Amino acid sequence: MIGLTHYLAVAAILFTIGVLGIFLNRKNVILMLMAIELILLAVNINLVAFSAYLGDLTGQVFAMFVLTVAAAEAAIGLAILVIFFRRRGSIAVDDVNRMHG
Amino acid sequence: MITILAFYLFATLTVTSALLVIFARNPVHSVLWLIVAFFNAAGLFLLLGAEFIAMLLVIVYVGAVAVLFLFIVMMLDVDFAALRSGFTRNLPFGILLALVLLAEMIIAVAAYKAGPVTAGVAPHVVDAKPNIVALGELLYTRFLMPFELAGLILLVAMIGAIVLTHRSRGDARGQKIRRQVDRRPSDATKNMQPPVGEGMTL
Amino acid sequence: MHPIILIVFLPLVAALIAGLGGRVIGKVPAKVITTGALFISAALSWPIFLSFVAGAGETQVVPVLDWIRSGDLVVDWALRVDALTAVMLVVVTSVSSLVHLYSWGYMEEDPSQPRFFAYLSLFTFAMLMLVTADSLVQMFFGWEGVGLASYLLIGFWYHKPSANAAAMKAFVVNRVGDFGFSLGIFGTFLVFNTVSIPAILAAAPSMAGSTIGFAGMTVDTMTLLCLLLFVGAMGKSAQLGLHTWLPDAMEGPTPVSALIHAATMVTAGVFMVCRLSPMFEVSPDALMVVTYVGAATAIFAATVATVQTDIKRVIAYSTCSQLGYMFFAAGVGAYGAAMFHLFTHAFFKALLFLGAGSVIHAMHHEQDMRHYGALRKEIPLTFWAMLAGTLAITGVGIFGIGFAGYYSKDNIIESAFASGTTHGGIAFAIGILAALLTSFYSWRLIFLTFFGKARWAGSEHIQHAVHEHHEDESEEAADHDSAHDHGARVLTGTAGYHPHESPLSMLIPLGLLSVGAILAGLLFHGAFVDAEGGTAFWNNSISFDEHLAHAAHEVPTWVKYSPFIVMLAGLALAYRNYIARPSAPAAFVAQFGGLHKFLMHKWYFDELYDFLFVRPSMALGRFFWKRGDEQTIDRFGPHGAAVLVGAGNRLTTRLQSGFVYSYALVMLLGLIAAASWVLWWVS
Repeated sequence: MIGLTHYLAVAAILFTIGVLGIFLNRKNVILMLMAIELILLAVNINLVAFSAYLGDLTGQVFAMFVLTVAAAEAAIGLAILVIFFRRRGSIAVDDVNRMHG
Repeated sequence: MITILAFYLFATLTVTSALLVIFARNPVHSVLWLIVAFFNAAGLFLLLGAEFIAMLLVIVYVGAVAVLFLFIVMMLDVDFAALRSGFTRNLPFGILLALVLLAEMIIAVAAYKAGPVTAGVAPHVVDAKPNIVALGELLYTRFLMPFELAGLILLVAMIGAIVLTHRSRGDARGQKIRRQVDRRPSDATKNMQPPVGEGMTL
Repeated sequence: MHPIILIVFLPLVAALIAGLGGRVIGKVPAKVITTGALFISAALSWPIFLSFVAGAGETQVVPVLDWIRSGDLVVDWALRVDALTAVMLVVVTSVSSLVHLYSWGYMEEDPSQPRFFAYLSLFTFAMLMLVTADSLVQMFFGWEGVGLASYLLIGFWYHKPSANAAAMKAFVVNRVGDFGFSLGIFGTFLVFNTVSIPAILAAAPSMAGSTIGFAGMTVDTMTLLCLLLFVGAMGKSAQLGLHTWLPDAMEGPTPVSALIHAATMVTAGVFMVCRLSPMFEVSPDALMVVTYVGAATAIFAATVATVQTDIKRVIAYSTCSQLGYMFFAAGVGAYGAAMFHLFTHAFFKALLFLGAGSVIHAMHHEQDMRHYGALRKEIPLTFWAMLAGTLAITGVGIFGIGFAGYYSKDNIIESAFASGTTHGGIAFAIGILAALLTSFYSWRLIFLTFFGKARWAGSEHIQHAVHEHHEDESEEAADHDSAHDHGARVLTGTAGYHPHESPLSMLIPLGLLSVGAILAGLLFHGAFVDAEGGTAFWNNSISFDEHLAHAAHEVPTWVKYSPFIVMLAGLALAYRNYIARPSAPAAFVAQFGGLHKFLMHKWYFDELYDFLFVRPSMALGRFFWKRGDEQTIDRFGPHGAAVLVGAGNRLTTRLQSGFVYSYALVMLLGLIAAASWVLWWVS
């Protein structure tokens, strides 16, 4: 029997994989953005699973908004990346500390 | 029965492709594995009865966002090999961190015991109306404001992306309205019609 | 209203108006108000004094305001009018009003005249409060007030560092004296349980022979109290030991020197001893100390005055020496003689100072006598005035007729001899010797300044004056020596400069004071020092010893003539050295080089004090400042806190690396930590 916990477990695993991705890929910012997408996907799974098991459609509505925001964020993030690349010639972001204190 | 099978299939594939997104060497491969992960997640959604969300995932995420990623990956001439250095150095600590996080999440879920929900209640897959109709009813009544705001967010994102990456040509001369309005009669050009043979008096 | 209230408070009102409102009302109204107030006070004082001389005056105490009522301590503002006060009133108001008038001319070009006149009037007010004090605390108020005014006036030209230093020196040395004075007041209150002067003086004889514990020793009460009070008098009147401030006080303008450091403030000590004479009479030991200190001061100052080249400093040391005379007169019990000398000295010393100011004014602010000479024909009126003053101070007179100093100084010397005590005898001998030196240096001043050949060319001030007036002057005479020349170049010649006589505002006071210097002794010796006249006049305001006054008149003839003889000797010596044989002084200096150096350095008192007190205090202060304040209090306090904040800041900025992924990591770790915490707490 597939219960809520199964879906939640999947979401948790996906979440950690996304976090791991951010943590490991310091230099490659595209991979970082993809890892963020994974995290958002995990959140979406969570929301929809809860929505199904609680019979409340609010979760799915929320998942839609998360989707929207994720798309917007991906767009802006990539735009910033493009400018960054134009300036620097590479997307290695691990030595970008121009805003250090 | 088939539900269980489908679930495990989709779940395994999602997790595997997610792992491969991170560990793939070729960035194009990473994007492709991401697309696979999205597809399988959409499958999971279908199992939950949220077919609209599933389709949305495919159309928006795969069709737009992942393709956008692909564009960027292909467009920028990035030396990815250099970027991968330092990867193995952080791996042990990273895995440790990930495991800790995972364990916490699972413990949290188990500890909360969110009511009778987790006790194996079946999902309400059978609906009176289709998913999209139900969503639409909710979206345009109760969640109207967030819906409109989401549209605004998308608008802002679009403008932002354009403004950020826009490059001016450099040789395009637009009108400077302010200068035109500031003009005084003494600065203007006048049409004079001097008779033939006479000079101009300024 | 008793006129004394007007006399005392008009100068205060004038000082406030001129000082606070000088900028508003302008300088001429300020000068007019202050000078007018002083002249009114003087005009009101003389009738009071003359009534006492005629024997018609009566002692009064005019209460003004209640002040302190605290248990046994009762202090009120009250003005006492008796013979002693009357003498001081005329001295203070007359000299002060004449100095105010004189300053119209002398300070003509000064930019801050309202301030000057306000300070002068403020000083006069404080001095009047001092002399009319009916309680020791009020006297102390006046005491401090004149000290303050002295500081303000010495440092009047505050942009001159030397003036500032001199003002501080005066104030600090005075403070030492004031410390002794306050201890004396405290002791007096402890012993007599009152600070009211009449009560103390009445109770004083009953304390004879009692003892008191002081600093672990048991000493005679009245001696201790009198000595402590005398320390205050030493500071204020520049007696030996606390005298170092008086010569430096000449940094102030000359009218200030005339008023404060000749006629009035420095005589406050003498006044105080005379006022408290019944107390001093109970303690013979204290009187002995007073005599010795006075005599020592007299001879010390006289010796140093003989080598001074600055005209004002000669007169300053002369003042110091004459104050010594007054003190040893008091010490032998001749308080009347001391007050008489104070009275006449005020006139002729103020005259000498104002005359010197006139000379300085004429010589374009040159003060070095080596650059004077042959001024007799250029500024004759000043010459006659200074001659009158010199005749007065040297005590020229014979067979009962003479100038003012003849009466007062000779009386002191005779009283010292007549007292018959050992210290009196020693004081007599020293007094004679000092009189010889007084005559010498006074005539030396006159001869150097007014006689001989003109030696103005070597003076920088004269050179400046000449060059300002004549633009086309050739450069031959303008050899500008550096200001730190070892010896001033004594060029002979006038350098084309014409000294001019002083304006009328300066000459009138000189004239009036000359009258006083000539006639004061003649007119008033009967009241002050004669046996019968004195008793009637003083009328118990001071401890007048009728027996001693009789004895002073019956001294042997050689004693009577000795001051006259030494005066002539001094005159002859000065004439020989400065008119007949001008090379003689240089020969003397060459032969007695060591003595000359000793005198030039003022017996090395300043160097001694610098070594004993100034350097250790500065070292102590520096220690407290650097080690105590900076390194301890500051280090653990404000400065340390600031450094700590800075260090902490540097530490925390290391967290702000600017690397986004490290921020993300920190966020993640924080999330894990928060989740763990929640789980721990919930379970």
